This record gives sequence, C-alpha cells and structure tokens, in this order.
Amino acid sequence: MMALDISQNKHADVSMEEKDRLFAEMKSDDRWNHVLNGCYECGICVASCPSAKFYDFSPRIIAQAAAREDTDLMYTLMSDSVWDCSQCFSCDRCPRENSPGQIITIMREVAVKNGLKTAKEALQGYGRIIYKIMLTGSQVSPDMLQPDAFPDWGTHVYEIADNLEDWRKALPPETLHTTETGWKIDEKTIIELYLIWHMTGVMDLIEGVDEGLYDIIVDVMEEKLEEAGYDDITFD
Amino acid sequence: MLHLPILKAEDRKQVIDPANAPKEDLREELFQLEKEGELEVIRVPEPYMELTTKFGRKKKIPVEKTWHHKSCGQCGHIPGYSSSIFWLNREFGLDYHDPTDQTSCTAWNYYASATSNPEAQAAVAIRNFASAAEVGYFPLIHCGTSFGHYKEVRHALVHQPELRRKVRAIMEKLGKKLVLPEEVVHYSEWVMAMKDRIAEKQTIDMSNITATVHPACHYHKLIEEDAIYDSEIYGAQRSAIITGTLQALGVNVGDYSTWFDCCGFGFRHILVSRDFSRSFSVQRKIEVMKEEVNPDIVVTHDTGCVTTLDQSQFAGRAQDRKVGLPVMSDSQIAALAMGAHPYKVLQLHWHNTDNKAFLEKLGLDREKLWAEFESEVSDIRAGKKEFMTWEDAK
Repeated sequence: MMALDISQNKHADVSMEEKDRLFAEMKSDDRWNHVLNGCYECGICVASCPSAKFYDFSPRIIAQAAAREDTDLMYTLMSDSVWDCSQCFSCDRCPRENSPGQIITIMREVAVKNGLKTAKEALQGYGRIIYKIMLTGSQVSPDMLQPDAFPDWGTHVYEIADNLEDWRKALPPETLHTTETGWKIDEKTIIELYLIWHMTGVMDLIEGVDEGLYDIIVDVMEEKLEEAGYDDITFD
Repeated sequence: MLHLPILKAEDRKQVIDPANAPKEDLREELFQLEKEGELEVIRVPEPYMELTTKFGRKKKIPVEKTWHHKSCGQCGHIPGYSSSIFWLNREFGLDYHDPTDQTSCTAWNYYASATSNPEAQAAVAIRNFASAAEVGYFPLIHCGTSFGHYKEVRHALVHQPELRRKVRAIMEKLGKKLVLPEEVVHYSEWVMAMKDRIAEKQTIDMSNITATVHPACHYHKLIEEDAIYDSEIYGAQRSAIITGTLQALGVNVGDYSTWFDCCGFGFRHILVSRDFSRSFSVQRKIEVMKEEVNPDIVVTHDTGCVTTLDQSQFAGRAQDRKVGLPVMSDSQIAALAMGAHPYKVLQLHWHNTDNKAFLEKLGLDREKLWAEFESEVSDIRAGKKEFMTWEDAK
C-alpha cells in the first residue's frame, strides 16, 4: 500500500491563493452545509470504509480537513486521495450526519471542473465510458463485453463476445435485442439527453478534462442535433 | 479465562415509531410543493401494497401500471436479471410498461468520474419521470444506484428552490413538466411485497438451499429512512430486503460478519482499478461467506453487486482463494422458484461463476435445460425465427 503524504504544503507549486479559491468553490456548493456538520473523531466512517481497507485513505481526515477549512490539506486530498473513494456511502452512518462520501463527490467535481492534472490522470482509460453514456444514454452496453477489456473475468467473456448477436436475440424482452446500448432507446430520447448536457454545462466539464474526447462527442452531437432541427444550441 | 455470551443482532429489536422518526417524511413536503404549484406528484396507482420503512412509516408499493426504469448494467451484461422481473409481471398478468423513452440515470458515471453536476443529474432523472407520467405509468427502478441516486435527487429538489428553478427551466425547454414520484420504489421492494403471491405459485422446493444476502449500499445507505425494515427480520437492526423474500420461498438465510461491507464495485474501480474490486469482493465478501456459512448461493439486488461478486471470483480461483459461489438477483431466484427457465428467462449463461451444483441441488436437469436454450439459438442462427419470444421462453 502506497502511503498518502499529507505533509504541509506538499503541493508547493500551487499558490495558497489558488488553494483557497478551490476550497471556496467547494464551500459554495449548495450541498456543502448538508454534508458537513463537524466531527467527533469517532472513526466510524473509517471502520465502515472499503477503500480504507485497501488504500491509505481516510474519510475522517477528509471530513476533519473540510471542517477545519485547512485549504492546503484539502488541496492535497483533492489531488492525491479522493479518487480512491468507492462512493458506496458506508460513511453515511456518521453519528454527526456528515457524509464524507458526498464531500468527496463535491471535491471531485471541483477537481474536474478546474482541470486538475490528477483528475485527468484518474480519468485516463475512462473516456470510452463517458463517450458511451453521453452519446447513447446507456452507460453499459453488451458490445463492451470484449476479452481485451475484461481479461480478468475469464473465458466466459470470449463465449459471450463470440455469441453476442444471437444471445441478444434470444432474450424474451423485445427492448433487449440491442448490442450497442443496454436496451432500445428512442432517437428523440437521446436528443433530449444531449440538450440536457449542453444546458447544464456538462460539455464544458468534458472539454476541461479531455479535449479530444470533447471534440468527438461534439461532432456526433451537433450532427444529430442539426438533423433534429436544432441549429442553435445556446441556452443561456 | 472468562467467557461472556455474545449478543446477536436478532436478540435486540429496534422499536420503530413513525411519530418519533428522526428523519422527515419527504412526502408531506412534496404534496405541499404541489399545492404551491412548484411541481407535480405522480401518485402510486391503486391498488397498492404497503411495506414498513426504517422508522415505521408505510411505503406504498404499486402492484401494476409500473414503468420499468431499466438498468444499463443489468440489461447490458446480466440481462436475465431484467427479463426475470418482466417474467414475474407477466406470470401474474400485470399491466407494465417497458419504455424505449428512457435513459440511464447516469449516476454510475457521476459517482465514477464526477463529469456531471447536480443540475444535469436532476434533469436526467426528471426527464425519465416525466416520460413515465406522460404514458400514465409509475416508475419502478431496477438499479440500486439509480434508486439511491433518484432518492437523493428528489430530496435535493424538495429542499433547494434554486435547483428546482433551474431544472424546471430545462424541462420547459424540453416541453416537459417537473414531476416527482410520491414514492421512489426499487424492484426488490415490489418482489418483497409480492412474496406471498410468489410463494403461492412456487413449483420448486428451495428448503434445502442456504443463501447469503448482500444488501446493496445505495439501497440502504442513501436516504436510509426509505429502505424496508421488519421487526421480525434481524430485529429491524438492518434492512429486511431480499431476506424477507427468500424466507417466504423457504430458503435458509445464513448470516455473516461482513454483511455491511460493500461488494467492491467502487464505480470507477470496477472500470479502471479492478484490482481493488477483485480483492475486496473475494477477501471481504465471498471468502467470509464461505468460511462462516458456506452457502449454495449469494443473493443480492443490484447491478454492480451481482457483477462484482460474480465476476471477481474468476481471478480468485486462479489464486486458490476460497471462491465458487454462484451469484444471482432476488428477481432471478423468485422467477426460478415459480418455474422460470434458467437459460431462457434467467439467462444464467451471462453469469460467470459455475452454478451447476446449485441447479442440480434444486433437482433441475441442467444439460437438458441448456439444450433447450441452444435449440432456440440454433433456430435464430438458421433464420427459422428472428428472436426468442416470451411464448418460446415458457
């Protein structure tokens, strides 16, 4: 297990002003006051945490740093620790009704929105998932079950990949005969999803973390939106 | 050395009194917002069933007129999970809707990558709810993460006027209304509410089967007050979901010490850090179940849990770990108990861990049943039929 270095000013290359600014962005989130109420230091969050069993990871340290408004440590945790979280929310059993998992959700969002290098690294290899969900409306599809993507799932992945088309046709629900999406999704539904991504600023987030992926997604979306009669997708 | 008796959870019963619940009843605020013209509430259609939640409130569970909010992970990689839910509805002759105007909740991506935000997540949820309302059906959520996430979205929309305003504006641009369901209902709650009717139609004796249960984190840890509890099951010290269903079917449920642990899915971990998922799943769940209970099967009720607990065992076997437990959903077990075909309906060939011993213990001729499925596939390959139909799956 690699030890987490939380020594003071570990990221000396980033100014305190920038660390303060990022922390202020976290605190301005509408959820912040609902997920952080102080800390008894009881450690029940750590005892419940799956990631703490396999990584040098502590939801208690995160809740503590957030409550103390230790902006230097919060930057270190946002850079080096939050991506270890399993987002299971076992830590929600906190007697003070903190939710370290939700604090981490906010920290991750700020990291992505500001294009932190470590966020980009954490999302490496994740592009095909973002591509799938944003363009098809279904995150997981049968055609993802390929041996090179799941080598540790054994030989049955080969069997599924070899029989994919026919096994999908041998499913009784008519909506499940698809291979590129989990189920049959209407074109109108996908267009509505694109409009949501545009209207809520999610496209800007993607551009910040993976410009190449952003360009591909925009190309596909713009073509489909134009076909559907949307010439202008500015929604301000 | 002094030996003291160990108190078990079932020896203590949680006293549940809705009048003294520590958490609000969101439904009251929901109806108040509706009166104020802020949103519309989709009512649970009558007749409905009732189950008890953590603090004693009654939760309405629709019998039919259900709009099936499917799961991307279930439909994509373990499709027998979904087809078993539909099969149960059909066997009871219930009116249900399997929509094509439905997207993923997109929460898996959100929890994994944070490449989204609360407005987008809420808008995706409301777009799906509005789609259900437009056709006059009530949403029934198949995925545990969608269920937990939608409960959080509903909670946020009730408490955050600014978020409501933003989402209402988005919905207006899509030509839709801001609608929220009276209850957020998970399919496993529907299965549990139907358990006695399922048991009445049971054709396969399961009294020689022992199961361990994994309750999904996003089912009972997110908006915990909305999960199903029963004072007769674990003394209401933990959720009764799945266990109540299995007991009604005569299955023995074995307890194990790491029941509260997650499955190891981790959202981003199962995709890009699978060493964690594999290790956690095998060492903290499967091996503990084997050592403490040695069950015939693991039963759970969420997409990620079935996937992780099942798929992770392959690598565990290569390292001589104590693995080899088939993993299924409660919908598959309920359908199997009522005589559903293990391959045509449960689609067990999409699962990884060997289930031969489990099926044979139930007295099922696995080779004959597989041959029947293969015959259907051969007909499709030969062009004799385009698809396998519900009629073919009987």
